[in-house]
Amino acid sequence: MNIVVPVKMVPDLVEELEVDATGRALDRSFLKLRINEFDEHALEEALLLKAKHGGTVTVLALDTGEVDETLFTCLAKGADRAIKITGQFQDGVSSHAAAAVLARVLGSIPHDLILTGVQAADDRDGQVGILLASTLDLPHVSVVSGVEPAAAGKAVTARQEYAGGIMAELEVDLPAVLGIQAAREAPRYAPVSKVRQVMKTQKLEEVAAPAVEVGAGSTVSRLAKPETGGRAEILEGSPEEVADRLVAILAERGFAKR
Amino acid sequence: MANDIAVVIEHLEGKVADISFEMLGKGRELAKASGGQLLALLLGHGVKGLAAELGCADGVIVSEHETLRHYTPEAHKQALAAILKARAPRVTLVANTAMGMDLAAGLSGSLGWSLCAYCRDARLTDGRLTAVSQIYGGKLLADADVEGPSTILSILAGSFPAEAGKAAGNPRVEEVPPPPLDKPRIRFKRLIQPEAGDVDITRQAVLVSVGRGIQSKDNIPVVEELAQALGGALSASRPIVDQGWLPKTRQVGKSGMTVKPKLYVAVGISGAPEHIEGMRGAELIVAINTDPNAPIFNVAHYGVVSDLFDVIPLLAEKLKASK
Ligand SMILES: Cc1cc2nc3c(=O)[nH]c(=O)nc-3n(C[C@H](O)[C@H](O)[C@H](O)COP(=O)(O)OP(=O)(O)OC[C@H]3O[C@@H](n4cnc5c(N)ncnc54)[C@H](O)[C@@H]3O)c2cc1C
Repeated sequence: MNIVVPVKMVPDLVEELEVDATGRALDRSFLKLRINEFDEHALEEALLLKAKHGGTVTVLALDTGEVDETLFTCLAKGADRAIKITGQFQDGVSSHAAAAVLARVLGSIPHDLILTGVQAADDRDGQVGILLASTLDLPHVSVVSGVEPAAAGKAVTARQEYAGGIMAELEVDLPAVLGIQAAREAPRYAPVSKVRQVMKTQKLEEVAAPAVEVGAGSTVSRLAKPETGGRAEILEGSPEEVADRLVAILAERGFAKR
Repeated sequence: MANDIAVVIEHLEGKVADISFEMLGKGRELAKASGGQLLALLLGHGVKGLAAELGCADGVIVSEHETLRHYTPEAHKQALAAILKARAPRVTLVANTAMGMDLAAGLSGSLGWSLCAYCRDARLTDGRLTAVSQIYGGKLLADADVEGPSTILSILAGSFPAEAGKAAGNPRVEEVPPPPLDKPRIRFKRLIQPEAGDVDITRQAVLVSVGRGIQSKDNIPVVEELAQALGGALSASRPIVDQGWLPKTRQVGKSGMTVKPKLYVAVGISGAPEHIEGMRGAELIVAINTDPNAPIFNVAHYGVVSDLFDVIPLLAEKLKASK
């Protein structure tokens, strides 16, 4: 099975996010990017499938900046090929445009199964995987955890997660696109030494992004922190003082004795 | 018609999901602004009876067929695409849920309509649509001017009051059979119910919930101590469950349980929308997080910006001593 995993860089949410002077976009000057964590799950599921059932894993990324190390890390984890799609993506790219580019690039890459992260922190105009599937006219299932080959390799069984722990088991004909929520195992870790070694011994492939057209979209007019009328009262002080305040607050409401 | 507002009704096992009523309530408001009708789109098999619950709408379009008995993204998307193409409503609201995600982006892709995802709000002013999306893990809100005569918005659960969509009424019911789907590429196999047996976190008065800030499985006892001191149970954010540190039954949020305890203590949880969806109804929320900008502080009543390892053991100790 040829598995393709498009991965995407997103702002590291642990860092402070600043809005730029226009008030419409992120200030990218100090932005720290990292791979979308759900893409790490997609890659892990792909690598587990390959280990168990054979096949190849190809990783794709649009060059939105800082992708080289991410792609080398994917190789270090066990991907067979890593392809960087170059173009004007440094200021970010809409999901519709990313999907259109990926669809074109996939024209020359064998793919039975495309695994993407279920969503990304910045896909304001929708999830790339689903849009990609629509463009390629492939079946798609999102919020998947657990993929197994079925029907003699012509399909896969995917578990789609609903609320409350209920899951649906769906059989999906290949080729297909699945939005991975969680891999069966926690994503593996590639030690820095291994990544360094891969950087020396392996090469990233490069493809120039084809020109694409996308239909109607939307334009951000304002980007801001949520106005927080109901924001928490922050308890200040040493841990000792804070703990005392909390005991008092909890005691007042009957959750503790004073 | 071009001014109508459509709402895709989500339901599972004969029950209309609350988010559907939230969207109907909001849809009513949008329909007033657009001057069109509010249409509820109800797909399934043997679901016509549910139309009686959708009194808030002016019309219910029912599409029933064996291929729609169980939800599959393919069959439902195709049936919806046919209805939407014929009616071209101004705005179509779809839930940003496991089911709705495939439909919203899938329909945008196949119909070529604009899409704004993760919406918390939407406004129509003089025919122009503004959508407010919650992005970056809940840290920022983006207002966007939306292009195109028809737009799809995927709505985050908990954005609007469900009550507003539960109005009684007598909508006209119209039956529209779906286009044939001879060779479905997605086939429903079965529903898997969650395993029972563990603590039912939806019934606990006190929950101490642990997130990725705990760093490793070995640190779980730190929060367990606090749960014990409060006479409550331990729950968790999704990554803790994905790592296998706590069972799935303990997961709070979109793909876990919705809980409404009297006290919810969030320890090292950032407060992603998918988590908040499951706990915003708690009566008293206390959050401990090192990041002063963590979105969890937007729903918490009390917050502590500090290392959990400095505060939690101390708090547990003091609570135990006070007993
Ligand atoms: C379809 C879908 C469904 C989902 N369903 C759910 C769901 O049901 N439930 C759910 O929880 N998530 C769900 N998620 C995942 C969700 O998007 C987030 O990834 C998840 O909630 C993050 O969990 P977290 O807050 O524990 O981790 P993180 O977001 O990584 O946050 C960890 C927090 O800990 C803080 N921290 C770090 N160290 C310390 C310390 N020493 N002391 C104090 N604080 C510290 C950090 O500042 C950070 O805010 C879902 C996602 C999708 C796409």
